[in-house]
Amino acid sequence: MFTLLNLVQPDTIEAAYKALVEKRNNIVLGGCAFLRMGSQRIGTAVDLSRLNLNYIVEQNEYVEVGATTTFRDIETNPLLNRYFNGVLPEALSQIIGIQFRNTVMIGATIYSKYGFSDLLTALLALDTEIELYKGGRMSLKSFLESSFEKDILTRIFIKKNERKANYQHLRNSCSDYPILNVAVSKLNDQWKIVVGARPQRAIIVQKASEELANLELNSKNIDRVATMAANEITFGTNMRGTADYRKCICKVLVKRAIMEVLQCK
Amino acid sequence: MQIEVIVNLKKIKMEVDANEFLADTLRKYGILSVRKGCDTTCCGLCTVWIDDKPTLSCTTLSFRANGRKITTIEGVHKEADEFAQILVAEGAEQCGFCSPGFIMTVLAMKNELTNPTEETIVHYLTGNLCRCTGYMGQLRAIKTYLGVQ
Repeated sequence: MFTLLNLVQPDTIEAAYKALVEKRNNIVLGGCAFLRMGSQRIGTAVDLSRLNLNYIVEQNEYVEVGATTTFRDIETNPLLNRYFNGVLPEALSQIIGIQFRNTVMIGATIYSKYGFSDLLTALLALDTEIELYKGGRMSLKSFLESSFEKDILTRIFIKKNERKANYQHLRNSCSDYPILNVAVSKLNDQWKIVVGARPQRAIIVQKASEELANLELNSKNIDRVATMAANEITFGTNMRGTADYRKCICKVLVKRAIMEVLQCK
Repeated sequence: MQIEVIVNLKKIKMEVDANEFLADTLRKYGILSVRKGCDTTCCGLCTVWIDDKPTLSCTTLSFRANGRKITTIEGVHKEADEFAQILVAEGAEQCGFCSPGFIMTVLAMKNELTNPTEETIVHYLTGNLCRCTGYMGQLRAIKTYLGVQ
C-alpha cells in the first residue's frame, strides 16, 4: 500500500510546479487508478483538479484536450467521434469499465508513458503534440523518446486534418490489458504504423510506414509490409504473451488495420 | 482534513485522511451498501455516482469528492427496488454481494443511453463482475427494465 504524507491543491500551475519540484518524492496525482497497487512513499501529492484542465475544445487547427480530462469524456465526445474515424474513442472503449474510464485521466497516462496503453498507440498514429509546463510544446513522439524529467503535462493538441485511422488490439479477455495493439493512419500518401503493448511502449514503425507509400496496395504487398513491420521492431515476453507470439500477432493486426484504413471515408 | 460532500442529497462534513479512499469514507459514515471487492479497479462492486457519473469509489481519493454530489444505492431506493424486483423475477440474484454496484451502473446506463442494443448493454457493464449468476439472467432483467428487445 502506498503512503501519502501531504497533499496540496494549488490554484495555479506555477504553484503546482513549485510544489512538485520541492522534494524528490513529490508527485502529481492523476486518476490514481494504479496508486493503490504500488507501494510508493509520496512526500507531497499535487492535485491538479483546481486548474480547470478538464476540457475538450475545438480550435482552428487542433483539438485541444486538457490534461485532467477523463477517458470517458474523450470516449463520448462528439468532436473526437467525428474526427479520424473515431479512432480515439474506439481505442479507449476497451479499457476495463465505464467507472474506470470515468476516473483515469489522459495527461497522467501520457506522462507515465505506460507500455500497455491503448491511448498512446492511437494518439501516436495521429499528429499529436503535448505541452509541458517547463518543457514546452513538442510532438508526442519526441516526448515518448525523451528521458524522464519532472514536469507537469498540461495540454494535448491533436491536429485536425483528413487523416484516416484505425485501431486494432488483441486481448486475452474483454477488458484485460492488451497483448498487443496497433494503430495505422494515412494522410494523403503518408502512412503511420504504430505498434504498442509489445509490451514496451508504443513506437512508430518507420521503414514499413514509408514502404507503404511506394507500393500498389494489393493483398500481397500489404502482407509484405505487415511482415516487414513485425521484423522491424522488437517484442518482449510477459505474463500475457511471449515475444514470438506478439511478433506473429503483429503481422495480423497491421494487415487488418491497413485494410480497414483503405476502407475509411 | 475536512471535506463537505452532498451524499444522497444531504450535505455532510467528513473528516478524511489524505490517503483515504471514498469507499472507506462512505462506509465509515454508515453508508454500508458500498462494498469493496477486488481492490484492483476491476470488479465494479464499489460503484457510486459522483456528479451523476458512475465511478469507482475504491480508487477515488476522498478529498476529490469535496464539494461534489455523491449518490449511492440508498439515494435511488425507489428505482433500485423496481429493478431489483425484475432481477429476482429473472432468477438473476444469488449472493447479492455485487448488486449495489451493479444496480448503480444499470441505473446510470438508463439515464445515459436511449434504447441501447444488447451489445451496448454488455459493453456498458464490462466493469461489473458477478461470480454467481453467469450474466444471462442479468441481461434479461436489464432488457425488461429498459423495455428493449
